[in-house]
Amino acid sequence: MALADPAGRTAARSGGAWVGTATLRRVGGKLGALALTLFLASLLVFFSRFLVPGDPVSFLLRGRKPSPEAVAQVTEQYGLDLPPWQQYLNWIAGVLHGDFGRSLQYRQDVSTVIGERLPVTLGLVLMAGLMIAIVGIAAGIVAALNRGRVLDRAVLIGLTVLGAIPSFVGAIVLIAIFAVQLGWFPSFGSGEGGLDTAYHLVLPSIALAIVFVVLVGKVTRSSMVDQLDREHVEVATSRGLKRATVVRRHVFRNAIGPILTVSGLLVAGLLVASSIVEAAFGLAGVGSLLVQSVDRLDFPVVQAIVLLVVAAFVVVNAIVDLLEPWIDPRSAAGAGAR
Amino acid sequence: MTTPTLAVEVLRAPRARRANTTFLVSVGIVAVMTLAAILAPLIAPYPPDQVDLGAVHAGPSAAHWLGTDALGRDLLSRLIYGARTALLGPLLVVLSSTVLGILLGLLAGWRGGWLDAVLGRIFDVVFAFPSLLIAIMAVALFGKGLVAPVIAMSIAYMPFVARLTRSLVTAERSRPYVAAYRVQGFGGGWIAFRRVLPNVTPIVGAQSTLNFGYVLAELAALSFLGLGVQAPTADWGAMINEAQAGLIGGYFLPALVPAVAVVVVVVAVNVIGEELSDRIGGEIPA
Repeated sequence: MALADPAGRTAARSGGAWVGTATLRRVGGKLGALALTLFLASLLVFFSRFLVPGDPVSFLLRGRKPSPEAVAQVTEQYGLDLPPWQQYLNWIAGVLHGDFGRSLQYRQDVSTVIGERLPVTLGLVLMAGLMIAIVGIAAGIVAALNRGRVLDRAVLIGLTVLGAIPSFVGAIVLIAIFAVQLGWFPSFGSGEGGLDTAYHLVLPSIALAIVFVVLVGKVTRSSMVDQLDREHVEVATSRGLKRATVVRRHVFRNAIGPILTVSGLLVAGLLVASSIVEAAFGLAGVGSLLVQSVDRLDFPVVQAIVLLVVAAFVVVNAIVDLLEPWIDPRSAAGAGAR
Repeated sequence: MTTPTLAVEVLRAPRARRANTTFLVSVGIVAVMTLAAILAPLIAPYPPDQVDLGAVHAGPSAAHWLGTDALGRDLLSRLIYGARTALLGPLLVVLSSTVLGILLGLLAGWRGGWLDAVLGRIFDVVFAFPSLLIAIMAVALFGKGLVAPVIAMSIAYMPFVARLTRSLVTAERSRPYVAAYRVQGFGGGWIAFRRVLPNVTPIVGAQSTLNFGYVLAELAALSFLGLGVQAPTADWGAMINEAQAGLIGGYFLPALVPAVAVVVVVVAVNVIGEELSDRIGGEIPA
């Protein structure tokens, strides 16, 4: 990047604005790539419908009576009498204004239907995310500090076993043990809001978190181990700093980068897997809405949710990417400065 | 000089043996499951769909080793038949995503330039779609079953293979043997397909086996959601879906039997995949 920016270099020598220019360029480049990916993804989501052979009206109204009203609705919503690129432009213009069209099964705006169910999914993903972060990072740190010992192996084996438990398996086992046998938690529904909802989300969050803990745990371990071997850690130890201080300030702080990157990648997995967990626990979230909409052939809703999940994934990863130099200033100077 | 070497060997020996046992056990599990899938009609004690309303939710017994489900169908037989869709789906996905990924990765890495840039952008976009989401989308477009999700997931897993292949091919391209062939007048396409491809394929193939477990779990999840293999068919995911209602009543076996099968096979496949990629090794460039 430094090579590509001779003007910025001159600025640095004359006025010290080099970092500013480079950062701006970097952020600009990332935002450009983000916009391009989002644009291409939206093309894919929209034009996927054109892969289905046959008449678009009958595709969109599969399993329904093609009443004149319904035909008029989908024709208007998708602009089916227009050329394809015009259809896309109309659709994407609506999407950018938060208008995803109308749901065929609910006869409401798609945005309203999704909006009603968003809090449950966000609560679920947030709670699972916290569990993954806490358990994963703790396990990784314990393993790294006991590298090569029994505890390390035990943690690694434990993580690997957890990583092989898909969320639907986790869900039914948790329901069997904690909801049916022990009766500690409800097995169905999302509760009455507030604390009750949080209580209803405990088991689903665990089911969702299980399979992802291994990723955060293993990345934490390996990036801590990588740091523990470095000279600066030895120097810090020889300076007589307490072990806890060394681990916190010299090992963990330097190990955060990869952990954050992996956490960003988890977002998509969590959002998609939440559909499985929501279905298993009968939660009225966006994930179960997606499954139900596929089942009831409500294509506008499916399209909207797919686009939102992909957008959330891409945006979160872009944010993680942009945050990295702020957390680890060395990475702003380029990968070579590790 | 001998002492440290000996110490190392003593330290290493039991670990190597343990890894080997795990590997052999895993191979055994996968072999048994494969045989069960192929020979299902011969070894299953009952037809998978045989309803016996006299033996609803029966516990394990001599007649039904793993018990029966809500319709009195034999769980062992359904487990054995279920191995068919459970293994066939991931096999097809891994094979086709590997072939597709290797070809595109070879193209990107070998040709470089704008083609590499365009393909890289395509991989990025596909990468932004989680595989299960692509599979769900495919069902929304083309209907329930195994066909649409398998095709969709082959595309979803392609970028992982393609990126690895591309980086290996890029590294390979600058090796002396490629230049030597060029000097002798061999064409680029010939070198790429006849000389570079065979060098790259084993590493990529070993890595691809690691996808098998993920695909198996995701296809089972899809059937669990009622979007994949449909209910009367004995499929592990569909079995769990059907058994959900019984959970509240305390009938755990119909759900647990296929659930344990999924976990055991996923673990076994992952152990094999990791061992294979370790053995075949090769430097995987970042």
